[in-house]
Amino acid sequence: MAVTKMPLAKALNESLRTALETDPKVLIMGEDVGKLGGVFRITDGLQKDFGEDRVIDTPLAESGIVGTAIGLALRGYRPVVEIQFDGFVFPAYDQIVTQLAKMHARALGTVKMPVVVRIPYGGGIGAVEHHSESPESLFAHVAGLKVVSPSNSSDGYWMLQQAIQSDDPVIFFEPKRRYWDKGEVDTEAIPGELHKARVARGGTDLTLAAYGPMVKVCLEAAAAAEEEGRSIEVVDLRSVSPIDFDTLQASVERTRRLVVVHEAPVFFGSGAEIAARITERCFYHLEAPVLRVGGYHAPYPPARLEEEYLPGLDRVLDAVDRALAY
Amino acid sequence: MTVEGTAARKPRRSVKRTSASATKGRAGAQAPATEPQLVQLLTPEGERVTHPEYAIDLGPEELRGLYRDMVLTRRFDAEATALQRQGELGLWASLLGQEAAQIGSGRALRDDDYVFPTYREHGVAWCRGVDPANLLGMFRGVNHGGWDPNSNNFHLYTIVIGSQTLHATGYAMGVAKDGADSAVIAYFGDGASSQGDVAEAFTFSAVYNAPVVFFCQNNQWAISEPTERQTRVPLYQRAQGYGFPGVRVDGNDVLACLAVTRWALERARRGEGPTLVEAFTYRMGAHTTSDDPTRYRLDDERAAWEAKDPILRLRALLEKEGHADAAFFEELEAESETLGKRVREAVRTMPDPDDMAMFDHTYADGHALVDEERAQFAAYQASFADSEGN
Repeated sequence: MAVTKMPLAKALNESLRTALETDPKVLIMGEDVGKLGGVFRITDGLQKDFGEDRVIDTPLAESGIVGTAIGLALRGYRPVVEIQFDGFVFPAYDQIVTQLAKMHARALGTVKMPVVVRIPYGGGIGAVEHHSESPESLFAHVAGLKVVSPSNSSDGYWMLQQAIQSDDPVIFFEPKRRYWDKGEVDTEAIPGELHKARVARGGTDLTLAAYGPMVKVCLEAAAAAEEEGRSIEVVDLRSVSPIDFDTLQASVERTRRLVVVHEAPVFFGSGAEIAARITERCFYHLEAPVLRVGGYHAPYPPARLEEEYLPGLDRVLDAVDRALAY
Repeated sequence: MTVEGTAARKPRRSVKRTSASATKGRAGAQAPATEPQLVQLLTPEGERVTHPEYAIDLGPEELRGLYRDMVLTRRFDAEATALQRQGELGLWASLLGQEAAQIGSGRALRDDDYVFPTYREHGVAWCRGVDPANLLGMFRGVNHGGWDPNSNNFHLYTIVIGSQTLHATGYAMGVAKDGADSAVIAYFGDGASSQGDVAEAFTFSAVYNAPVVFFCQNNQWAISEPTERQTRVPLYQRAQGYGFPGVRVDGNDVLACLAVTRWALERARRGEGPTLVEAFTYRMGAHTTSDDPTRYRLDDERAAWEAKDPILRLRALLEKEGHADAAFFEELEAESETLGKRVREAVRTMPDPDDMAMFDHTYADGHALVDEERAQFAAYQASFADSEGN
């Protein structure tokens, strides 16, 4: 058996190692990914074992990293790009939105863009500005991109494998404050589909939908609610583009209530899209409007305030109470 | 060594019209007195001249070939402009005046080299064997390019300026990883030279020693902005700061463009890294058919560049050397007409895409939302057919 308990960071590292071993076209690119192993050590030891030609320390220029990754993909490589922090992706936003997302369509399908952009995202680590943001909606809004975010070690390992194997560009959001959370990884398992949601906890009274760092908070909220006699279902969406609305719909048709939770600001966040679509799909099943819990329409605050800004257990439970009060 | 870092360190300020009578009538874009020397092998009068570092030895047939390429490219370009005026194209970006830069550099390439163009490299496309009609789809609005870049090693036109220099650099990094001895060429303009992506492409290509040639067609105008609005030093000199050579070539001299590009490509093949070639030329037409250059530049500036026409000077050489007779020019004229006719017909018969095509190729591996919206749109369309049927 190849089941091992490991932190998410290690699972991602193992996944990259497997990808480098199995496909000679896979490359790792980014700032400090070589000798240092990345600022979060996700690429630890990979340059030592696979060489500087495949694990490439790049100049500190994000547009250049993604732009050259596009060129390498055109040459037949499968670059896995690391953006050091969420707030640093914007110099590359033009290349991602204008080129990476549209190249396949522009070429009427004659070229493919198998590029993975890994982004450690989200807050909760007491960091300075630009190190705690959740910009997933800005990418999910763009046709041509796929956007996913694992919440645990097993998904970290497998979803990254699948993202690298995908012929489409995948923006891979890693919940940085969960890097050190341990979970079981079965490297010989048959993984689920990359863009399929997973019911992380069964329940009958209300559905909490989340992805990435908020899944853990939702599971804790569900456990707390259980003590109060409420049965909460938690759906780990795993993918933000596409979103597995079928799984979510099935859940909401049973529970009749939905609360969507993400760190990103609520305004124009993924919760808005989910609320609209679930309302369309489940109008006659819903006992309450779809509620959203997320960040505020303010710049991500200084670290001393982030606990108030981030949706925590109490804010999730507050939304649960409000939804159940209808 | 190359001409990097010459003594011409004077900032290229545009000549102020109020400043001195000595410069009267000379627009800033010309200003040859303050310009560093161009690499030139064929003067505007059609005289062959030598250069100590860039030699080229072409036979009559090769010279006629370059002439033919330039004439046919100009004919194609004129046809496309006319098609826009007739409403067959929504827009056209003319290359008029830049034929030597494009044919010279384009004919320096080997089949296994790879080209990353802007949206104006119709002459390079011609050299790569891309069907000229293919270039017109995006300007007619039936696609966003749509050709297979790998069929002629000619990448899709890139509209956001400068972005493709990074793609070229990445592609060249891949070429080096593969151990191939082919080279990559990235086209861009004086306007794009201000883009951060171009600066990053210079950095990446230099530090990875990528086999790429940056071919900047400095046509003096970025829509309405003169080169003086982009740079205070001659553009080719920027290369020095990145650690690779830069050369300024007479962009209206097809022989010099060929020789310098060939040299730069050979450097790349030998593993000596990137080169910046600045082809000093002039955009004789408008930026695109939507532009009105009379609002920002003087007619006599254009007239001065007309005297440096790339086609006329090669014709002068061919005639003077007896390399081409009247029959050659007549046949070429007939061939031009045939090409024009073919392009006209190709555009006029170019079918509009099917309504459903807007969903195609959004993703290679499919996407649930696209599938859903495609089905919804199909049902919506079909609902009209039903009501008409009833």
